[in-house]
Amino acid sequence: MLKVEHLTKMFGGLAAVNDVSVEFEAGKINAIIGPNGAGKSTFFNLISGMHQPTSGRILLDGADVTQMPSDQVARLGVGRTFQTTNLFEQATVVDNLIVGHRLRTKSGLWDVLINSKRLQREEKAARDKAMEALDFVGLTHVAGQFIADITQEERKRVAFALALATDPKIVLLDEPAAGVNPEETEGFAALMRKMVDNGLTVCLIEHKMDMIMSLADKIMVLDHGEKIAEGTPEEVRNNPVVIEAYLGGEDDVAA
Amino acid sequence: MLFKLGSLLMKPGAKMAMLAFALVFPFLASNEYQVYVMASAFVWAIAVYGLNIITGYCGQLNLAHGGFFAIGAYTLGLLTADAGWSFWPAFVAALLVTAALGFLVGVVSLRLKEHYFAIFTLCVGFIIYLLIDKWEELTHGPIGVRDIAAPYGFGVVDFTETTPFYYLVLAFLVFSIWFMSRLSRSLLGRTFIAIRNGDELAQSLGINLMRNKVMAFVLSTTYAGLAGALYAGMVRFIGPEEANIVHTFDMITYLLVGGIGTLTGPLLGTVGIVWITQSLQFLEEYRMIIFGPLLVILVIFFPRGITGQFLTWMHHKAQSIAPANKRKESKVVNTQRREVENNA
Repeated sequence: MLKVEHLTKMFGGLAAVNDVSVEFEAGKINAIIGPNGAGKSTFFNLISGMHQPTSGRILLDGADVTQMPSDQVARLGVGRTFQTTNLFEQATVVDNLIVGHRLRTKSGLWDVLINSKRLQREEKAARDKAMEALDFVGLTHVAGQFIADITQEERKRVAFALALATDPKIVLLDEPAAGVNPEETEGFAALMRKMVDNGLTVCLIEHKMDMIMSLADKIMVLDHGEKIAEGTPEEVRNNPVVIEAYLGGEDDVAA
Repeated sequence: MLFKLGSLLMKPGAKMAMLAFALVFPFLASNEYQVYVMASAFVWAIAVYGLNIITGYCGQLNLAHGGFFAIGAYTLGLLTADAGWSFWPAFVAALLVTAALGFLVGVVSLRLKEHYFAIFTLCVGFIIYLLIDKWEELTHGPIGVRDIAAPYGFGVVDFTETTPFYYLVLAFLVFSIWFMSRLSRSLLGRTFIAIRNGDELAQSLGINLMRNKVMAFVLSTTYAGLAGALYAGMVRFIGPEEANIVHTFDMITYLLVGGIGTLTGPLLGTVGIVWITQSLQFLEEYRMIIFGPLLVILVIFFPRGITGQFLTWMHHKAQSIAPANKRKESKVVNTQRREVENNA
């Protein structure tokens, strides 16, 4: 599905991501964990085309997407969410979601001017897609509410729905359960399982270990930009290198 | 339950009432001067609709807007007064010139983001002013352009008269608003709003930033050019002051007061402020003492202007009738729960 080969990103003299190779399988939940500043978000930004890597290759279903800008990567089926999502607060949830399907439509300025059949058809498709995505994340009841009036948890679900409306093959979720309570965290875990059950591939960054250990099929551990471990939750949990990275070596303890 | 944003304020009834008022206004006005003021307010409103595309919907603060207004005015002025063109061909040329220059400036300036873009366009606006003021061979410099042709009415109407010109401007305004209403509800308008929400988010949704920003910019400069050309045809004498940055800030004020990123905002803001300014003429420059605090209060308490506030209010009214009350209660419980956890 997604194959990364020797991926490196230098910021000045600092290697934010250093020679990382990994393969994410289709239909699985893949987690990336690691201490703060380990390069997890940079890794996401490289895959989604937001940053161009210094070296290495990224292959999506065998196609080389290494140098592709992010809007093209999105069109190839990579959806993503951010830690915070800025939405149009004074517009309804569904109005915010309609644009999610824009990348699958072609209408331009001329279609707007003459209100073409194509535009009408595509707008209906985009609206249907928005409702479908909203139904998937279980928010049909707030479709007509303003973003400003829904809860924090609902906002996170709307961000999921927005990524889903792009018809992705793989979704990159950046800390989907940050800032929500344990009960709601369980809800997000269920939502991710539902995504996989529906044929999606999920790749997430997360700090909540309980959630990761029970949810992920495969975990990659990053530390200082390098991959230090990879495997099932069980393998990662018992890996001494991982334990040291998390609990700190002797040097770090002093700090 | 689902409703299109703006449909409440822009119910067919409200729309028709506004149009009817605009149509009979020349008969209600007590003198020709009032008709002239209204016509000039409409001209500015067209320009503000343009600013609303790039700044209101697409979120890029463009401070060269007054400059493009002046380019539209000068293109029409110079082509008719110096090159001997008649009005309508020069009018079309003015639109094409502002669109083409908008494309060139947009391609360069939109590489910058946020306040860098604003500062860059501020400079572009000032360069336009300097070019008009100093390039005397082309623009006559500070003397300005005289004897600009008025639009000819193909033998049917005489647009040198104030009232026929008023209707001409009204027709262009109605067309401008009509197109805006189409645009703002379309996938293209939603694309612009997605860019306003954030570059990165928009890109992650597969939106090509540069292409869409440039399109919004060219649309906005074309609107400015249209307004500028109409202005030149109305006053028939223009000078470098048309490119003064003050006009850009005036337009931003109209936009903020009326409601940035809304469909009715530019019209309400422009017409409202133009008339308030007129009625405060006796205060001369001191009228800013009234405008200044008014604007500050408005921006603090109603950041989306009169229209934005009205829409939010209507939405909440509609929601409270629906069985949303129940939801609100559970929301309160949720918030309380979260607070407890945060404290823990």
